[in-house]
Amino acid sequence: MKPRPFKLIRVDSAEGASEALARHGEEARILAGGQSLVPMMNFRVAAPAVLVDINACTGLGGITRTGDIIRLGALTRHRETATSTLVADALPLLAMAMPHVGHLAICNRGTFGGSLAHADPAAELPACALLLDGSVVIGSLRGERRVAAADFFRGLYTTAIEPDELLLAVEFQARRPNAVFAFHELARRHGDFALAGIAASAIRVGEMLGDIAFVGFGIADRPVLLPSVARLAAGALPRLPQIAALKEALAADVEILPDNQQSPAMKAHIVAELILDALGQLSRKGTA
Amino acid sequence: MTKNIGSARPRDDVRLLLDGRGTYLDDVPVTGALHVAFLRSPHAHADIAKIATAAAAALPGVVRVVTASDLAAICHGWGSSQTFPGLVERRQTALAATRAVYQGQPVAAVAAETRAIAEDGVEAIEVDWRPLPEMAALDHALEPGAAPAHGDLASNLAYSGTIGANIDPAIWKEAAHVLEESFIFHRVTGVPLETRGVVASYLPADGSLTVYQSHTAPHQLRSLYAMHLGLDEGRIHVVTPQVGGSFGVKIHLYPDEIATCAIARLIGRPVKFIADRLESFTADIHAREQRVRARVALGADGRFLAWQVDCLLGMGAFSTHPGSSVQEGDETVRLAATPYRVDAFAGRVDVAFQNKTIVGQYRGVGHPMASAVTEYMVDRSAEALGVLPEELRRRNYVPDDAYPTTSASGLPLDALSHRKCLDEILRLMDMPALRLAQAAFRAKGVYRGIGLSAFIERTATNVPVNAHVRKATAQDGVTLHIDPSGSVRAAITVTEQGQGTHTAIAQVIADALGVPFERVTVISGDSAATPYGSGIRASRGAPVGGELALKAGRALRRNVLAAAATLLQVAPDDLTLDNGTILRRGGGRGVRLDELAEAVHFRPQLFQHGAQPNLSVAMHFGHDWPTLVPTNGIQASYLEVDARTGMVRLLHHWAVDDFGTLINPLLAAEQVRGGIAQGIGQALYEELLYSEDGQLTNATLADYLLPKASDLPDITVGHVETPWPHSELGAKGAGEAGTTGALGAVLTAVNDALRPLGAKITEMPMTPERILRALGKI
Ligand SMILES: Cc1cc2nc3c(=O)[nH]c(=O)nc-3n(C[C@H](O)[C@H](O)[C@H](O)COP(=O)(O)OP(=O)(O)OC[C@H]3O[C@@H](n4cnc5c(N)ncnc54)[C@H](O)[C@@H]3O)c2cc1C
Repeated sequence: MKPRPFKLIRVDSAEGASEALARHGEEARILAGGQSLVPMMNFRVAAPAVLVDINACTGLGGITRTGDIIRLGALTRHRETATSTLVADALPLLAMAMPHVGHLAICNRGTFGGSLAHADPAAELPACALLLDGSVVIGSLRGERRVAAADFFRGLYTTAIEPDELLLAVEFQARRPNAVFAFHELARRHGDFALAGIAASAIRVGEMLGDIAFVGFGIADRPVLLPSVARLAAGALPRLPQIAALKEALAADVEILPDNQQSPAMKAHIVAELILDALGQLSRKGTA
Repeated sequence: MTKNIGSARPRDDVRLLLDGRGTYLDDVPVTGALHVAFLRSPHAHADIAKIATAAAAALPGVVRVVTASDLAAICHGWGSSQTFPGLVERRQTALAATRAVYQGQPVAAVAAETRAIAEDGVEAIEVDWRPLPEMAALDHALEPGAAPAHGDLASNLAYSGTIGANIDPAIWKEAAHVLEESFIFHRVTGVPLETRGVVASYLPADGSLTVYQSHTAPHQLRSLYAMHLGLDEGRIHVVTPQVGGSFGVKIHLYPDEIATCAIARLIGRPVKFIADRLESFTADIHAREQRVRARVALGADGRFLAWQVDCLLGMGAFSTHPGSSVQEGDETVRLAATPYRVDAFAGRVDVAFQNKTIVGQYRGVGHPMASAVTEYMVDRSAEALGVLPEELRRRNYVPDDAYPTTSASGLPLDALSHRKCLDEILRLMDMPALRLAQAAFRAKGVYRGIGLSAFIERTATNVPVNAHVRKATAQDGVTLHIDPSGSVRAAITVTEQGQGTHTAIAQVIADALGVPFERVTVISGDSAATPYGSGIRASRGAPVGGELALKAGRALRRNVLAAAATLLQVAPDDLTLDNGTILRRGGGRGVRLDELAEAVHFRPQLFQHGAQPNLSVAMHFGHDWPTLVPTNGIQASYLEVDARTGMVRLLHHWAVDDFGTLINPLLAAEQVRGGIAQGIGQALYEELLYSEDGQLTNATLADYLLPKASDLPDITVGHVETPWPHSELGAKGAGEAGTTGALGAVLTAVNDALRPLGAKITEMPMTPERILRALGKI
């Protein structure tokens, strides 16, 4: 479990990283928190010839607010996201999701950008980014571009980032008034990747829920929006939909894939139960 | 008299280890050691048409690439030990020559300047694999037409044996109730925190081999390496430094370890192999892959008229070395139903070859399944009769005063205490209150379960019938010396893997000799420092090592008193030794042990002419007790099943054990707690997942789910002490009881929780998915 030999380039700016990427192309990989990449290198399932270490870059970290836009720099550590009052106020969904991410040691190093760029289908942050309609800011020597989260995740560990590009930041719209959120997942042990999870949002006015949206994760090759489920749930209000009907709607939205421990049927059942939990939470007064 | 035996002392090496100053295998300094990495078979079953090593050998830093043909002259290979007559045997070599029969089997090795370079070398080796049909799934292994795990096998049946006597068929017809159930136990492994490893150095100059190995039995290794490598045993020195857990994984000898020593011999330079976690998962012994069928005939009065227990064990591609893989299945059947009076018992063990990793002896060896199957059937029996589970247990236990006796499966048993243990656990649990709470939760739609699991363990193996073949369990030995400072050094054959053997042995010696605990230092794990003898296996440290220490301590005490008597010019019987001071019984000046030792070592003139006082003892002990040392205990689990998700939340766990004389209640309780964690792992979390074609798919600690501290409940540990009547110390084995009882306790508790929902589950681990299937939700 030792990596293949590689060259390490430490850069101190996004431009430096872009230059290194432009020079080494497909041979190079960005090293952020290393919590996903380094294990893969040790197993030799990833063997980049060049590692571009961005940990010393200035300007890639930090959580800032400009008007209604909250920007999380690529190097924002999970721990920082989890403890940020700005996030708690303006992006409550993220605050709900963070306690489910990894263990403390991992959160001290793992980064927001790394999590999105890695695009693990069972990861929490990509699911949140999709539900919140985040805008992913990507840069290279060719310039900067923005990709909507819905177009960013392309499949298993695959994103819209080109080999010469660097994820710079993710921007989110701050929470709208009356917006409510729920986040539920099931993991066999605390800190494990979820065997399935649900992020949910809605607008609540008095007792009424509107604009319900769900993202499921840990069930396909990427996080997925569940529009049929949302329609079913909206139609059933104020009551909760039946599990069987939920499973049907889910099947219309996504073909659930197994992992090495759980069958699609198991995942569908869990997602259906989590959707009920989420709906319960969305309708409950006093919740975010 | 100072009492150390019975006192709850923490391990004396805890501070050292917490300071990070322990010397584990990787900390052993060896100058100029090369690192060895293995190319392991990626296939479960495949012919090796050709191995091309030139590219690997050409890499800078690679010193040697080794294949089976390089080792053939040094190391011939080995068969299985015939501890179970009739076991079909297939020869193994350290590196597979022409065919690999399980994924992870070592095929070639690279010795290089660093481990990373050695791994580069492994990647550069090209093997022309010709995959063969593989036999992985145990359920199909014995079907006609199943692919054979070895090309020349007519059937995958490696062993078949019967236990007990035939049951009169009329019993099944006449019984008030006949209950039948099948159980599935999936493969698990031991996962010691420190992985296996070997540092070997061969000196061509004098033909000596020095081996440092993370193992439990240095002398056994010496004998085995002499056998495998054709070396003079007298020139082999084995050291097992600090060992970070074994759980049975490190009582075996593995092909990669033999290969490492053979490579040291081949190239004449020190070499080091440390298994990484991936290799540990694929190449450490696996365990527990069993299918068990149980059938119970029950009288209307609740009497057990007959038990039939049949076990099919998947053993992997070979029988483990030394010892035998059959043992696990044999113990499962032999120990089934043993706590109870049973009129008739019949059992059968079938063992199947598979193209999978070898199955060996993991903590508890068969006993957890014996207990889980038995206790599940007892609960079902209680249900059929409409009595409380604890009530049926109490009624049917072999009474505590009925020992010695022989179980219906033919095991001699002695000094057990099922009723006392049951009473104690019910008291600790406050069972009536717990049942009320359970009922209140059920009324609210919350499904909580209470489960009990009693068991008998067989501990402290000693000098079995083909011990000479297995080199496994020999007579034990100890030497005791008193230094001029009065400190006592004990060099003993039972070893330390983190369970506190040294502390317990020191407690016994301190009392037997009459010195403060702090004056005793225990050394083990070095074949040059201790006499020949077995190491640790089968919970033998306290009952066998402790008994030996007691006898030796008393012998040394006699020497000390004789020396003091000469010095003080009195009769030895007039002297006592306590807390390091020798006193005259009638009063008057005595002498401190350090003063006496100083005199013995440096001032012989103080003693009368001709006296040669001797402050040392060497003693050996191979127990001739009528049986292995049986122990018993009972565990209870209280848990909640989430009927929506199938998740199990453990609320509390209790254990009451009879380890005979307790040398150290704290260490015994720690053994119980750690063992329970592993039993809970098997019950709810751990499973080595294989694909149909024999590929292990979860060989990482992220995917193989060990319970973490936060997944475990609080554990209350209680004790009952029925001393082992055949020894002076009275101690019994304590190392495996936790693992043994926990599986059944969680199994019966989950089923208790599911009962009102009309569901049952008998496949372990009881994952959320399996529980949801049992509930018919998916
Ligand atoms: C035991 C364990 C448990 C975990 N549990 C969870 C969990 O429950 N939920 C969860 O979401 N995660 C979990 N993780 C993963 C953790 O959150 C990772 O840190 C995260 O997914 C990746 O972030 P990183 O900064 O470590 O990225 P790295 O490992 O450094 O990189 C990951 C990938 O992203 C690329 N990359 C990183 N940053 C950029 C960038 N700015 N631009 C372009 N490409 C980039 C890298 O090249 C690499 O391909 C776990 C990890 C471990 C080891």
